[in-house]
Amino acid sequence: MTDHATIIDDLVGGFDSAELEDSHGQHVVRLSPAEWKSFAEAAKEAGFEVCVDVTAVDWMRQKAERFEIVANLLSMRHRLRLRMIAPVGRVDPTIDSLVPVWPGANYAEREAYDMFGIVFDGHPDLTRILMPDDWDGHPLRKDFGVGGVPVQFKASHQVE
Amino acid sequence: MTDEKTRDADTIDLWVAGTEEPQFSPTEYSPTDEGSQEIGAEETQHRLDEQFGRVVSDDYVFDDDALDDERMIVNMGPQHPSTHGVLRLQIELEGEIIRRTKPVIGYLHTGMEKTAEQLTFSQGPTNVTRMDYLAPLHGELAYSLAVERLLDVEVPPRAAAIRVLLTELNRVSSHLVALATNGMDVGALSMMIYGFRERESILAFFEKTTGLRMNHNFIRPGGVAADLPPGWKDDVAAILDDLPGRLAQYDDLLKENPIWTSRTRGVGVITADEATAYGITGPALRASGVDWDLRKAFPYSGIDQYEFDVPVGERGDVYDRYRVRVDEIHESLKIVSQVMDTIPKGDYRIDDRKITPPPRARIDESMEALIHHFKLFTEGFKVPAGETYVAVESPRGELGCYMASDGGARPYRMHTRAPSFANLQALPIAMADSLMADTIATIASMDPVMGDVDR
Amino acid sequence: MATAPPGNLLMTTIEKAANWARTRSMFPATFGLACCAIEMMASGAAHYDLARFGMEVFRASPRQADLMIVAGRVSQKMAPVLRQVYDQMPDPKWVISMGACASSGGMFNNYALVQGVDQIVPVDIYVPGCPPGPQSLMHGILTLHDKIMAGEIRN
Repeated sequence: MTDHATIIDDLVGGFDSAELEDSHGQHVVRLSPAEWKSFAEAAKEAGFEVCVDVTAVDWMRQKAERFEIVANLLSMRHRLRLRMIAPVGRVDPTIDSLVPVWPGANYAEREAYDMFGIVFDGHPDLTRILMPDDWDGHPLRKDFGVGGVPVQFKASHQVE
Repeated sequence: MTDEKTRDADTIDLWVAGTEEPQFSPTEYSPTDEGSQEIGAEETQHRLDEQFGRVVSDDYVFDDDALDDERMIVNMGPQHPSTHGVLRLQIELEGEIIRRTKPVIGYLHTGMEKTAEQLTFSQGPTNVTRMDYLAPLHGELAYSLAVERLLDVEVPPRAAAIRVLLTELNRVSSHLVALATNGMDVGALSMMIYGFRERESILAFFEKTTGLRMNHNFIRPGGVAADLPPGWKDDVAAILDDLPGRLAQYDDLLKENPIWTSRTRGVGVITADEATAYGITGPALRASGVDWDLRKAFPYSGIDQYEFDVPVGERGDVYDRYRVRVDEIHESLKIVSQVMDTIPKGDYRIDDRKITPPPRARIDESMEALIHHFKLFTEGFKVPAGETYVAVESPRGELGCYMASDGGARPYRMHTRAPSFANLQALPIAMADSLMADTIATIASMDPVMGDVDR
Repeated sequence: MATAPPGNLLMTTIEKAANWARTRSMFPATFGLACCAIEMMASGAAHYDLARFGMEVFRASPRQADLMIVAGRVSQKMAPVLRQVYDQMPDPKWVISMGACASSGGMFNNYALVQGVDQIVPVDIYVPGCPPGPQSLMHGILTLHDKIMAGEIRN
């Protein structure tokens, strides 16, 4: 079995914008959205057969680009996990869809679209999945309020 | 046929028989023929041949060139007794065969990920536990492991062992519900009663230990909420004595039962390639022949010190998924008995007062303890900035928690990778070109929990 | 009693008999949504038996059901479905709101949930708990029975 470090280094070495870092013992690759899909295809070639999850984080003004798209990959053959992170801007957030590479990313990308408003280019059916179809807004964005009703407890969080 | 004015002498037009039509000459037929409707001679001959067995016409040949407008779109759910919660399926039916399916979810969306951003790290498990409500301890474990990873702390060995004990018992109770609902959906109604009856003994143990039958909020960042109650070994021993005998009874009922096997073998097949491509994990993946279990691949919470096997199926049909679940119950009971024999003494949570609250008695004695308690329960402990993904093997598959923190007392982003969410993507594949009744069996065997799917 | 006309006496007795019959064979409609549904199933199972009250037959079709036990959290997407199922039930019908989420939104005070199912349907009994154990649910059901027998809730 090839060494984990070799596999990952070979993979990352083929891409200009890819930076490898270690996050609490896990391998994380940060790359630009332009190389998102090609890196994914290379990862699948290298043995990452499963895309476990695709999600997003809304960093608001804490980082240069507002959203971060996070994809968790798993290689059963090598017993290895890898995380891909790409920053996407606030205006018209768009990134390539991973569904042509791993069909299992389908629902996860729809959820990221529904919750954050990120458009995945090439997704077969990018519609709302959790909220009703006519819902306005993207709930997990930080500027979307929690939406609770005021309750008569002194200690409850103030809701918007 | 009614347009033809010329008639043979031996045939009477169906539409005209018995009516008074001017063209109809009363001399051409005898009044005793009224009511005897004879179809064309060739057709009669064909029917007679069929009845006498000279000709066999196969009614089960389905014409693939059937027109699209022969298909019917039928809606199943969201309120439906067999869809395991609020799952809505839009099914395109051609006769009794399903051609395409589209699951519609979101009927149980609770905004838990948004709520998680409002709760502190030690309040988090109350939220996460209600996602997969049949395996609540696994959700809490994934969350707690993620927080502990961000804090770079390890729980004491006793806490890890208690976590393993509870999560393996939770696996047993969840698989019992899966067996119960699977049996009920296929028609073995007594399985429903049996499954829930066995579950009661496990839930009684949980109630004694954690305080609640479900949604325990017991596994928290830093360890567990309280130590095991005195006499817990007797309760667990009673469960371990009782359950294998009952499981043998269920095997008698189902394993070789011709009705069960004919309803479940070869039904809802998912191949290993399809399963990996769609990100299916858990018993559904193992039933398709892929030997992958997170407890062996990426061990957590000290589970690698216990000996157990991972059951793997062959064909990926409903029967194999059922067998994998039953075998997993046996393996979990093995683990529970090993934990019972080898559990170390010690703390049930980390001794770091910045993370876990002090014992209640100390609050009366020490000012520091009071302040720690106050800070922990009002503001909560802060977690350094970072992000991590931790996954555990829940009864449904890989239950992961992706957590990003910005240094505050609340998670900046908490995302749960729900196994049922991914498993549902394979439902259209498993159900394609199968009969309607097989659908119910397939859904039951995938064992989706809608709280997990919709969060 | 002696001054009341015989017609009223007869009607009261028939009403009592009707109430008795309604309570002794209530058919719940399956409306299990989330965790409370599992506890509802557990109360219908062998250990806490709902069959002794004549209620183990959970009707799948709302047309044949009397009682809707809303067990679980009601999301925004599910609310119209809930109302439609309630409307499809014939009179007399009752609603038990089981659990904290159905009664008031529970611990989820956010955009996704209807904060209490009484925003959509009229509720007769609220059963608190998260989830309420089978004993609490049965206490709620028996309270409903008592209220119907006493004539407090007609419909």
